Amino acid sequence: MSPKFSIRLEKRDQLSSFFSIVSPFIALLMTVALGAVLFAFLGKNPAEALYVYFIEPLTETWSLHELAIKAAPLILIAVGLSLCFRSGNWNIGAEGQFVMGGVAGSMLPIVFPTFDSFLVLPLMLICGIVGGMAWASIPAILKNRFGANEILTSLMLVYVAELFLDWIVRGPWRNPQGFNFPESRGFTEWQILPEMLASGRMHYGALIAVLVVLAAWVMLSKTLKGFEISVVGQAPRAGRFAGFDPKKTTLFVFLVSGGLAGLAGIAEVSGAIQQLRPSISPGYGFTAIIVAFLGRLNPLGIFAAAIILALSYLGGEAAQVSLNVSDKVTSVFQGMLLFFVLAADTLIHHRIKFSRPVMKTVMGA
Amino acid sequence: MGFIEAVLLTIVTAATPLLIAALGELVTERSGVLNLGVEGMMIMGAIAGFAFALMSGNPYVGVIAGVGFGALFSLLFAFLTVTLVTNQVATGLALTILGLGISGLWGEAFVGVPGVKLLPIEIPLLSEIPLIGKLLFAQDIIFYCSIVLLFGVSCFLFKSRMGLTLRAVGDNHTSAHALGISVSRVRYLAVMFGGACSGLAGAYMSLVYTTQWIENMTAGRGWIALALVVFASWRPNRVLIGAYLFGAVGIAQLHIQALGFKIPSQFLSALPYLATIIVLVIISRNRRLTIINTPASLGKGFVPDR
Amino acid sequence: MKKILAALLGLGLSTFAFGGAAQAADEKACFIYVGPIGDFGWSYQHDQGRLAVEKELGVQTAYQESVEEGADAERAIERFARSGCNIIFTTSFGYMEPTNKVAKKFPDVKFEHATGFKRDSDNVSTYSSKFYQGRYIQGQIAAKVSEKGVAGYIASFPIPEVVRGINAFILGAQTVNPDFKLKVVWVNTWFDPGKEADAAKTLIDQGADIITQHTDSTAAMQVAEERGIKAFGQASDMIKFGPKSQLTAIIDDWAPYYVERVKALKDGTWASQDVWHGMDHGSVAMAPYTNMPDDVAALAQATQDKITANTFEPFTGPIMKQDGSEWLKDGEKADIGTLLGMNFYVKGVDDQLPN
Repeated sequence: MSPKFSIRLEKRDQLSSFFSIVSPFIALLMTVALGAVLFAFLGKNPAEALYVYFIEPLTETWSLHELAIKAAPLILIAVGLSLCFRSGNWNIGAEGQFVMGGVAGSMLPIVFPTFDSFLVLPLMLICGIVGGMAWASIPAILKNRFGANEILTSLMLVYVAELFLDWIVRGPWRNPQGFNFPESRGFTEWQILPEMLASGRMHYGALIAVLVVLAAWVMLSKTLKGFEISVVGQAPRAGRFAGFDPKKTTLFVFLVSGGLAGLAGIAEVSGAIQQLRPSISPGYGFTAIIVAFLGRLNPLGIFAAAIILALSYLGGEAAQVSLNVSDKVTSVFQGMLLFFVLAADTLIHHRIKFSRPVMKTVMGA
Repeated sequence: MGFIEAVLLTIVTAATPLLIAALGELVTERSGVLNLGVEGMMIMGAIAGFAFALMSGNPYVGVIAGVGFGALFSLLFAFLTVTLVTNQVATGLALTILGLGISGLWGEAFVGVPGVKLLPIEIPLLSEIPLIGKLLFAQDIIFYCSIVLLFGVSCFLFKSRMGLTLRAVGDNHTSAHALGISVSRVRYLAVMFGGACSGLAGAYMSLVYTTQWIENMTAGRGWIALALVVFASWRPNRVLIGAYLFGAVGIAQLHIQALGFKIPSQFLSALPYLATIIVLVIISRNRRLTIINTPASLGKGFVPDR
Repeated sequence: MKKILAALLGLGLSTFAFGGAAQAADEKACFIYVGPIGDFGWSYQHDQGRLAVEKELGVQTAYQESVEEGADAERAIERFARSGCNIIFTTSFGYMEPTNKVAKKFPDVKFEHATGFKRDSDNVSTYSSKFYQGRYIQGQIAAKVSEKGVAGYIASFPIPEVVRGINAFILGAQTVNPDFKLKVVWVNTWFDPGKEADAAKTLIDQGADIITQHTDSTAAMQVAEERGIKAFGQASDMIKFGPKSQLTAIIDDWAPYYVERVKALKDGTWASQDVWHGMDHGSVAMAPYTNMPDDVAALAQATQDKITANTFEPFTGPIMKQDGSEWLKDGEKADIGTLLGMNFYVKGVDDQLPN
């Protein structure tokens, strides 16, 4: 049974600062190498393919705007999720909280279309946050009161939220002038989260995302609450001795992450789509889970991870167009990229030892 | 075929892939590894099963291929999460992305091609028992596998020494390691068992449920299977209940619609999810039972101290 | 490290960076699909149209598949507009707003949006097909072939297109059997073979002996084949999946329209328009009438000929709404607006639409 070669990890005493910097580049190099093989195999010019993927999206103003649009919701959601994961709460239902934020935030412009003053946008954002919070509070309360596992409840509520959105857009909130097609009326003037610059359609959602990153960073590193969240997650017993109530923490992190997902939802609806539709998310809530872990549950890391992921989506779209590859190829490539990034991350915490065991007994030592 | 018999048969078909994939994931999770890549492994099983059955003309070859490719694909996950101790949640999600991509590429040639159906095997005499005969004893091999798996996994986990070892690794990998158990070997095997089961469930999708290949045809069933493991609080018998509950409510809502009840279809479509939540809330009351059965090391990577 | 990498990458790439833009002079037709081209349904058929354009006109084409309706769609469309596409086909209703938004920014590029109604600038056209014409014929066949007088309809989402199909089907059936019954099940997905199969089984168990569907996969056809009943194919010819079951299938044939429009662009005669082609233009085709008696096939063919010749329109009065109120008087034809936004059932449908 025992392999001839074995790869063994050894914990480092200290995180390797060398590998902290270098590991992303190792991942990139590996991706480039294997990506080149993949594209060559498909009969595409590897160099051109890699250029399209990683460089081209960064060379045009237009696509930088698009990058921000794609990354902002991922950042917002992932920052919230990182609090959950840090405290040991498995919220994997951010997609549903995103959707409910979008729905709740759209209430004002759809139900009261004539209410169009400078007040409406802030109110919409607040409604979005509250909507996401409310949806996230369900798994939190079910966990606290009944011990119902939040992995299941939060995931199941995603489907329920999606069906609710579907129903409300096809039913009560359908655009009266829209020939009964499933979409709400379009938002106007003050109901739209405005674009930040004239050169593209990046909207203020991007700025909000940056502010949230900073706020979360301050909270986690400078405040007692941030400490509490980490302690409850990593050492629940110690947390109890310190007087932290895990139930309160659970509710708190769910509300924060739900609120942020809801904010991302209404920002997407109001800024990028500008009307409510039967589906408003290309899976942001799930992708954000990857982003959160790729960013090591750290707000600044999440920021970088979201950019990388958004870039891989944009690069994938560009590759479909300029290289005529299918979106299957782009998801294979994306999966590969993620694997390499995750594997390279290991080097920061561990030393890798390749060994050829002389005797079996040495193995487990 | 009577009405009730036919309805029950539909429920069995809906529940079987969920049951199999969830049982596999249960074993994986009992060893302390959380593999969110069930959907990706399932779709790999679906395309492998379809492709091999079509090429060989023999659906059983497809079944074996589904199992094999599911296990093979999970090996990638095991290498990353066990050997390289990458984050399990992110790796599992990446595995799903990769699986959807590879299966789509592989399946391009099979779009619009009818597949090979895995036919039922009627067990003599038993299959003639009224009502349950057709249901339980005139099924395809994968259904029988699901039942064998159910008892097998139960016995393995709670009656065998190896099962004890597996649970020990999942509950406290540091102590298990101190006792001389190879944590990584146990986890490799557990992950591959999960992969094989997911692959089998995928093969069921493309060989029995609907004999065709369509991109993304598992349509989220891997996620439901994951939720069912949690629903079951990591106990095999409850996986059975969960899979059949979910399947039954899903079929029941279609019947309610076909009967012409005036309820919005979106609400009816949401019923299986709501029902699962409600039942989970009811059965979670006994917290001690849940805590005892939750693998304490779930989701945590293990690197032995020097 | 960074610099070395950049230099390494830059060296290899500078030669290729300009490769793509050079051929912009030729016409390039680009397509955006909502699903994967491997769905063997809606997106697959649009892609067949793209391939026809490539083959018949020798024009360069490109496509993006599985583009989510929402923020991603606008980017996908704009990317095409920027990458030298001269005409862009956006093939799902949900692309309506983004198509019009991008069209305003790129006045020199032509945009063709399927199934929508909005043309904000004169470089946008809209097009759709009268698939309901085929549904009417299916209804007639169903009523002739069915022994129990009950058909099952697997519906995706309550949009006018689907509602129109259901209404046309029951109207066709009522010409043969006024008491014909139609059971409708909404699966709330375009795309879940397992669920479609479940729905087909449910409908059969509740007494339907004809299955028709407005979802994409071949699952329902296979269930019908297994249970030994008859069914209709959707979007493409599904006879391989139901050799003993398929009566006929409505085939979405986008090729004639796509070839026509790209050719118009080449000739410089392209102009904004709104078309709703049917059998008369070959946009809606019927698969061979199989697994039915000759007289039924003849009846179906006769109806098809009348519709193709534009001498008959399925939505011609007298037609009553579901609640028994009058919709169309004897001989009155439905106006385009009502048809386009149809959100009510005609008499005889046993279901309720969400409102």
